[in-house]
Amino acid sequence: MSIGLLSLIILVLAALGYVIGRRKAVGQVEGDIRKLHSLPPFYGRITALLTAVPAFFLIAAWLLAQPLFLENKAISLIDPAELPAGKSAELMMADVRRVAAGLNMLEARGDEVGPLLASPTALKTALNGAGVVLETEPTPSTLAATAALRDAGDTSRLAMTGAALLLALAGLAFGFSRINPEYRARNATEQFAMWLLMTSSLIAVLTTVGIVGSLLFESIHFFRLYPASEFFFSTTWKPQFGGGSSLGILPLLWGTLYVSVIALVVAVPIGLMSAIYLAEYASRSTRAWVKPAIEILAGIPTIVYGLFALITVGPLLRDYFASPLGLGTSSSSVMTAGLVMGIMVIPFVSSLSDDIINAVPQSLRDGSLGLGATPSETIKQVVIPAALPGIVGAVLLAASRAIGETMIVVLGAGAAAQLSMNPFEAMTTVTVKIVSQLTGDTEFASPETLVAFALGLTLFCLTLALNIIALVIVRKYREQYE
Amino acid sequence: MTARPLNPRAALDTRESLLVQDPRTKARNATEKRFRAYGLTAIVVALLALVWLLVSIFGNGLPAFRQTFMTFPVTLDAALLDKGGKRDPADLAKATTFTYGKVLATSLGAEVTAKGIDLGAVQPKDLIKMISEESPATLRNLVLADPSLIGTTIDFTVLASGRIDGYYKGRVTMESAALDKNISPDQLALADRLKTAGVLGMKFNAGFLTMPDASDKRPEAAGLGVAIVGSLYMMFVVLILALPIGVATSVYLEEFAPQNKFTDLIEVNIANLAAVPSIVYGILGLAIFINFAGLPQSAPIVGGLVLTLMTLPRIIIPTRAALKAVPPSIRDAALGVGASRLQTITHHVLPLAMPGILTGTIIGLAQALGETAPLLLIGMVAFVRDFPGAPPDGLFDPAAALPVQIYNWTQRGDPGFVERASGAIIVLLVFLIAMNAVAIYFRRKFERRW
Amino acid sequence: MKDQRLETRVDTQTIKIEARKAQVYYGTNHAIIDVDVDIMDKTVTAFIGPSGCGKSTFLRCLNRMNDTIPSCRVEGSITLEGENIYDPRVDPVQLRARIGMVFQKPNPFPKSIYDNVAYGPKIHGLTRNKAELDEVVETCLRKAALWNEVKDRLQSPGTGLSGGQQQRLCIARAIATSPEVLLMDEPCSALDPIATAQVEELIDELRSQFSVVIVTHSMQQAARVSQRTAFFHLGYLVEFGETGQIFTNPKDPRTESYISGRIG
Repeated sequence: MSIGLLSLIILVLAALGYVIGRRKAVGQVEGDIRKLHSLPPFYGRITALLTAVPAFFLIAAWLLAQPLFLENKAISLIDPAELPAGKSAELMMADVRRVAAGLNMLEARGDEVGPLLASPTALKTALNGAGVVLETEPTPSTLAATAALRDAGDTSRLAMTGAALLLALAGLAFGFSRINPEYRARNATEQFAMWLLMTSSLIAVLTTVGIVGSLLFESIHFFRLYPASEFFFSTTWKPQFGGGSSLGILPLLWGTLYVSVIALVVAVPIGLMSAIYLAEYASRSTRAWVKPAIEILAGIPTIVYGLFALITVGPLLRDYFASPLGLGTSSSSVMTAGLVMGIMVIPFVSSLSDDIINAVPQSLRDGSLGLGATPSETIKQVVIPAALPGIVGAVLLAASRAIGETMIVVLGAGAAAQLSMNPFEAMTTVTVKIVSQLTGDTEFASPETLVAFALGLTLFCLTLALNIIALVIVRKYREQYE
Repeated sequence: MTARPLNPRAALDTRESLLVQDPRTKARNATEKRFRAYGLTAIVVALLALVWLLVSIFGNGLPAFRQTFMTFPVTLDAALLDKGGKRDPADLAKATTFTYGKVLATSLGAEVTAKGIDLGAVQPKDLIKMISEESPATLRNLVLADPSLIGTTIDFTVLASGRIDGYYKGRVTMESAALDKNISPDQLALADRLKTAGVLGMKFNAGFLTMPDASDKRPEAAGLGVAIVGSLYMMFVVLILALPIGVATSVYLEEFAPQNKFTDLIEVNIANLAAVPSIVYGILGLAIFINFAGLPQSAPIVGGLVLTLMTLPRIIIPTRAALKAVPPSIRDAALGVGASRLQTITHHVLPLAMPGILTGTIIGLAQALGETAPLLLIGMVAFVRDFPGAPPDGLFDPAAALPVQIYNWTQRGDPGFVERASGAIIVLLVFLIAMNAVAIYFRRKFERRW
Repeated sequence: MKDQRLETRVDTQTIKIEARKAQVYYGTNHAIIDVDVDIMDKTVTAFIGPSGCGKSTFLRCLNRMNDTIPSCRVEGSITLEGENIYDPRVDPVQLRARIGMVFQKPNPFPKSIYDNVAYGPKIHGLTRNKAELDEVVETCLRKAALWNEVKDRLQSPGTGLSGGQQQRLCIARAIATSPEVLLMDEPCSALDPIATAQVEELIDELRSQFSVVIVTHSMQQAARVSQRTAFFHLGYLVEFGETGQIFTNPKDPRTESYISGRIG
């Protein structure tokens, strides 16, 4: 049974629960609802909630956890003797999974899969036709594992459907049995809703746990295969499939910082001066259209900036600056990515700075103007120093944004990991390498793939530190004038 | 009591007329003007950057919405297409796209002769190179769907090849064609004559929005159909998950949560999640949803889940602001007549905060729609030509996504894909503008001042 | 005329600021109507009147602080030593150096005490070297009766002082540019009684060097510190004369009502 149909049945049961719950409550007091503790809909609602919510939680949990249990059995079926050299059973499982998925696809299409399982050659051809390309013909033990996996999948799916339906019915029966005129249905509903609200707010925490957990887990895995000192201090980045890779983070960090610095050199003066002009000089009507116009820059997806870097800015810089100056012939360069990222970051600097400058009390401006200072003297000597902590916070947030940015550097900065001072040379960043190591078919066993998690962890820590410092500074600053 | 001036120069100043500016004031005023000019320059630079970006994208992308087509009568020769003559589907399927290509080339040759167009130096067998490789497949599907067409002559519109399309969009010139093995200047000259004869022409390219992606050699046939459907599926997942969870979290934190360490932890958490780089969410999705939970790669459900987690803080923050903006007096009034706290919130606070919540949600969705990096990691880069099925099961089918499709096209060799990528960005921007317009409309319409 | 009678009593006679038919508009709102006022040198002039009567608005016109409000428009003539301060050739920056201002809420800059006082002389270029600047700062702090309290911590931030000290610091800051006229917009309304007394005492001392104009809510304060008093009501200058006369023998019935607490 498909998940859609199952969900629909549970929802129907919940609706049924609502109707009969309500009817029973009203029936017990013979229509005189004043004798009920709560209004009739509450009796319906609590029954419906008890029917649907636990069942849906069960489905979600089952779907998330089921592969863990399914694969254990399949993996034990793989015959170690059949493994090609250098491949582990875990790696073979990836093939098993793909074959299983391919077979499911064929079956969904209406093909007969029975004969295919008997002949590896026919299976390979059929799968190739369905878009699942296998390097080699599946070995007998792989086939057995595949069959076991598919069987277990079918059983598990059936068990889940049964369990979910049972749970829904049990909830319905439980809710229904509790209904009597004294039953505090409103309180029960609210208690239930409260638990739901609290569970929702835990998702944010779970997300963080998930991020930190998955990054840490796989990073530790990586550091077991590859020495941490090499990763943090080596100056070469040269992943090689088949072993012997150098995976030093330094060239990537250098590229990341170089691009971010150029971005900030572009964005901070422009953003800050725009914010100052908007906050201190611009008339209300100018402000009303200029501020949203600049903020459009923040709403444009980064892929758009990436394409802009790739097809417009890169060739322009190469043809008019890099080539004539003899600095390089690459259209993807640190300068390209930095410049475009700078444009993207302008609104992050300007919007926050604008808010912060506006939060400086007018009395300080009056005091300075009243002494005969010009507006610019007032801004430079009173407003900016007063707003400085907040502005520093804004710049740090922009920096964290620039460091974590991916698409602009993927399309604009290039893929060559190197330590160079020349801004017109292609370099690469942490985020670019995360993408290139994790895109396409990934096997979670080689250091070349796992390194992406260590890179991700580094990136996460870096941006988190910047954000926390920035938030603390901005919050302190806000308190000062509140 | 005679006052001693504080210093000699100050005393001098006071004797000067107000109507004459002293040199120092002049210098200070000049500085003031300069400073103002810097500010204005900064704004102009920022706005020019925006204009430059848009002009570049629109300039490159608008041609994607027009495409070169050729229309001519195609004779579906039964001898070629149905060798058995029994219209048996199995027999019909044996005629490959190669055969259909020959049918098209022959028909085009006949049309050229019929209209008296000079072939020039173009060999009749090279005519096929002027037609997109996609068109024989289209014709074949048409015939397989309706075998009664065999033996008749139909007016059929084919896509011109990418090079000929590029010629009319200025991408291909006679000089570049001379160096190109896919097209020759003679063929371009013939295209010009076909255009004069009315066989070849440009028109609106609806296929760009409805067709699936095409392979590397066929930019002229590449469309956004699957990507748009995939993106819509993901937005659907984000909407049905992030909106309720986001509102529930906000209500809990704003209205019920006790002031303690744990609540603080959740709040700090949400603030930090909003600033985590999007690529990290991609790693999370890969590790948890695909590697651990075994959900399929390239599926909208995984993309939707990842984007949901990413969008949640961006919905929670404005929602909490909207709840905070509802004055406490409303809550007091409702509680005062004996409503429970939950009733107060569902009956009074939430409806009042709804415009703010919806605005925040739409803007969060718009950001999610344009997000690319996390989707790269969960396999959305795969080449997908089949449309996913209907939800909810279709959510588990492979699909593309708009921004990732754009990324994909930037990685292709044929320059025709640059135009496609820019065109796709225009489509993406149109979606974003529409969403933001709705958000602004909500904000304007329901804006309330307390 | 009441001016003539004043001249016989007060010994400092030069007219510093002269306003004739002064009008102030905020957009379409006519906030100040036909005000004629003479501000004498070395005199404390008090502006009193109920809230919203325009006294602060008028005060801010005297050093063109209203320029910072876009919708505000001033007509009529206001002259400083015979020169119209609203003449297009006049630079408000130069004007404000000569007509200083102290605000309702103490607003020291988030800088050190020293830098607060040195701010004016620095921007106007009044001193040639550090020694001169040090001297100006010390003199001004002494005049503001603050020197003894802060001389040991000139480098600590001005925002760390108490409310009364902050306001005296602001006065020191204002007199550091050697203004001829000092405008004070309810300088004591944010202070406690003891700090108020200190500031009032200071105002009385400042009279020896400057012409002081003070806006106040408190009639007692006006009576204590000023020599001349102007009573504003609904944008009109109702009565203007020697303080003693205004409080003991008002000519206008509206003044009398206000003084005796019937309008306010």
